[in-house]
Amino acid sequence: MSSLKIVGESPERIDGLEKITGAATYVDDIDFGARLLHAEIVETPYAHALIKSIDTSAAEKVPGVVRVITGKDFPYRFGLYMQDRFSFPTDRVRFVGEQVAAVVAHDAKTAKRAAKLVKVVYEELEPVLDLTKALRDDAVLVHPDLGNYTRCPWFFPQAGTNIAHWRKTRKGDIEKGFKEADVILEDIYTVPRYSHCAIEPHVIVGLYDLSGRLTLWSASQSPYTQRHVLAQALAPLGLSHKDIRVVTPYVGGGFGGKAGVSMEIIGAALAITVKGQPVKVRWSRAQEFYNTYQRQGVIARIKLGAKKDGTITAIEHTLHWDAGAYVEYGANVVNAVGLSATGPYRIPNVKIDSVCVYTNLPPSGPYRGFGYSEFHFGLESHMNRMAHKLGMDPVEFRRKNAIREGDTLAYGAKMNPSGLHEAIDRVAAEIGWGKKEVSKDPNKVIGKGFACFWKAPALPPNAASAAFMKFNEDGSLNISVSGMEIGQGFLTVMAQIAAEILTVPMERIRVELPDTDRNAYEWQTVGSHVTWGCGNAVKAAALELRGKMFEVVERALGIARDTLYLEDEKVKCRTRADFELPLQNFVINGIQTSHGNFIGGPILGSGVFMPEFTSALSDPETSQGGHPNVHYTVGAAAVTLEIDKKTGKMRVLKATLAVDAGKAINPGLVKGQIVGGIVQGLATVLYEDIRYDLKGKLVNANFTDYKIPTSMDVPDEIVPIIVEVAQPDGPFGARGTGEHTMIPAAAMVANAVEDAIGLRMKIMPITAEKVALELQGISYEDVKGSYMGLCFAGHPDAYKFHTKASTKK
Amino acid sequence: MTKRITVILNNETRSLDVEPNDILLNVLRETLGVKSPKIGCERGDCGACTVLLDGKTVRTCLILAVEVDGHEITTLEGLSQSGLTPVQQSLLKHNSFQCGFCAPGMVLSATELLGKNPSPSQDEVKEAISGNLCRCTGYEPVIDAIVAVGKKAGKRV
Ligand code: FES
Ligand code: FES
Repeated sequence: MSSLKIVGESPERIDGLEKITGAATYVDDIDFGARLLHAEIVETPYAHALIKSIDTSAAEKVPGVVRVITGKDFPYRFGLYMQDRFSFPTDRVRFVGEQVAAVVAHDAKTAKRAAKLVKVVYEELEPVLDLTKALRDDAVLVHPDLGNYTRCPWFFPQAGTNIAHWRKTRKGDIEKGFKEADVILEDIYTVPRYSHCAIEPHVIVGLYDLSGRLTLWSASQSPYTQRHVLAQALAPLGLSHKDIRVVTPYVGGGFGGKAGVSMEIIGAALAITVKGQPVKVRWSRAQEFYNTYQRQGVIARIKLGAKKDGTITAIEHTLHWDAGAYVEYGANVVNAVGLSATGPYRIPNVKIDSVCVYTNLPPSGPYRGFGYSEFHFGLESHMNRMAHKLGMDPVEFRRKNAIREGDTLAYGAKMNPSGLHEAIDRVAAEIGWGKKEVSKDPNKVIGKGFACFWKAPALPPNAASAAFMKFNEDGSLNISVSGMEIGQGFLTVMAQIAAEILTVPMERIRVELPDTDRNAYEWQTVGSHVTWGCGNAVKAAALELRGKMFEVVERALGIARDTLYLEDEKVKCRTRADFELPLQNFVINGIQTSHGNFIGGPILGSGVFMPEFTSALSDPETSQGGHPNVHYTVGAAAVTLEIDKKTGKMRVLKATLAVDAGKAINPGLVKGQIVGGIVQGLATVLYEDIRYDLKGKLVNANFTDYKIPTSMDVPDEIVPIIVEVAQPDGPFGARGTGEHTMIPAAAMVANAVEDAIGLRMKIMPITAEKVALELQGISYEDVKGSYMGLCFAGHPDAYKFHTKASTKK
Repeated sequence: MTKRITVILNNETRSLDVEPNDILLNVLRETLGVKSPKIGCERGDCGACTVLLDGKTVRTCLILAVEVDGHEITTLEGLSQSGLTPVQQSLLKHNSFQCGFCAPGMVLSATELLGKNPSPSQDEVKEAISGNLCRCTGYEPVIDAIVAVGKKAGKRV
């Protein structure tokens, strides 16, 4: 491995110059000329209501209005894993802000004015705004037709209830496990909803041309998946995959929010109804909050048993998710957690119930961490408390139970190679674990908090990546893939992998942004899997190119191909020191033989990767029998936190995080993910505080009232640590790290707060306001007023984990 | 009822007709075709729409186009016309940006700061870019790159 030249280095990003000069084009920057139409959405003010009538006549009369579209024009359902979402609902609305109609006009101002003239008559229904009520026998149903929805085979919706999916995992003997325990600790943890807040809002431009071809320019992490979901939804209109083209230029941040299909269905629907003219739908910041995806809220109960020596004997983890009005993607988040909610620990007896509940809050879906950020808050808080109860050091307790390669996972498969112990040790050393720090200011106290984490990509078993590659006349290289550059540095990493194998320097490689007409297939850029999955495809394509070059040299010049190798953009020979052939001399035009003819031709190739060893088929009652996850990435993190005892204000003096990247193809980019991820994670615990009123309306859908960190809010010091225990099936040993860096943040802060002031906060976020109140002996829950952060307004400690279906079994 | 305005946009004099309620950000992007100021929030919170107005940063989503009649506007396109400025070079070298959506506004805020204060401290940099939200980078690589420009400048003097 020491012979690597560019893999393991941190060259300048290949998209850097475009982004620093303003040349980088995002969807909203593309010019469509004077024909471009603009849309304004008519939204419902009710969380749950029947649509009695929609009168569009007044809006249609406004000069400049082209069409007004409702569910009558476009009654199609769609969804990635379950088709439960509507382009425009026809009969009922399910969350405040849901689209009921759209006005398309020649300019945005006219569309906006006309949208106000659309008259919708509703019959209000009782909304499902309380998880307890949602799960009662006589619950109001958000989806009365749930039993009829098309879904993937590993979802288990329960018709006649609000349960969209229920992942059960059972391992060992849970009762025996708790009997063996000397100490049992049980408690409830609550995580509200969160918003992704990519700075670029969702935007889509659709053109259904007069030949019947639909092109979509989309700010998306998932061009191919969008095409596929739309092709399924639009099949009744006779459109097939070849008729749909999705083009994705640069994306201004995704974090999961631009995965799958959300508002894009509206762009497709409108384009089809105004055939021949391009139409743009751009979400406002407020719509960005309530009508794409949110991170779902969860109330989780953890019961953990351990022996006196610190060995964990059993875990029972029950999670009730407020998944919102539509769960076509969010249910897979619930599923992923249901398989992995043990955290990165070897636990012989496991019972996990991860229950996805429909509510009348906005739809939920993937957000960096994919459910793991949520459950780690409770689990890693609980680990700390259990350690204290046992009289053990929290780091030592984690170390003792930390998972190792070959351990049996909760669903029966084996754990992949893992550097968790190294990560724990390096983080503990970096943060000065065990050394108490004292603030110079008598009003301030300092605490330290620690947390471990793990996460696997949640992929369907046939999630594939592919790459095309071709040389140009001068020996430079074009790589065509459909992974998305969402900021993580994907393009740069793909170029590094190809550069390593083909010896072409980085500045002579272009990696193209996706266009489903041309670029090779990629399932989606989610789950931190593209370095691994698409990296494998790029590596395979580069190896194919190399093989083809050697084959041409052998045929043209009679030099045995197995004596050839590449160096400095030349083919060289191990047995003939004098032989060297620059790539640019033959990769397009071939090699001339002594007869004057040419052998070869343009060198191009392709590579594919699919994790052929995975399977989502398992026993629905236990989850045993399948191999749903490809591998886990593990790590640990810690924080030094200073708290002002008067104001509750918290300052992060230091944060450190170690992640096992397998092999960091580009250590600089991995560090970028660590710093960015920590800050995004810290924001969920220290600042971001979503509020719904008791009628289900989101009241802080803007950056004034929903605070994301500014440059003034970053930790004083962040120390990224990269651990490298190779992933055997990863390109050069690499595995993903992007999402993971956000996961431990909330729990490590909760643990530091307890260390500093002795208070255990079990409800996120942990804002200065809450800490200040708690220090005065006032529970925030008692004074919070009529707002809720997820679909439950009561005190979470009083939440009963009853479900209609659970009483049956 | 339109009004004719004249602006010096990136060193070029441009005259155009605008409605009295046209927002500068939209006029820049749609009428004048300058796309580096981005639309992030349309209410002054994110800084993605930042440009230099007579050398000072402003949020163009909060300004009416008629207000800039007779004034000078510089966007990232203008700044990049004669090669990269030192702060752009430093941001590039530090791989400071990820998705890049905040970059145009961030570069202009940094440019304004370095114009007034050639060797800013870390705290001064933090303050200068505190109106530019970035969701990707955690700000650290951006701050480091701007501080590094100041250090270099400091040495030369
Ligand atoms: S778009 Fe102007 S500040 Fe956000
Ligand atoms: S780099 Fe993505 S918002 Fe700053």
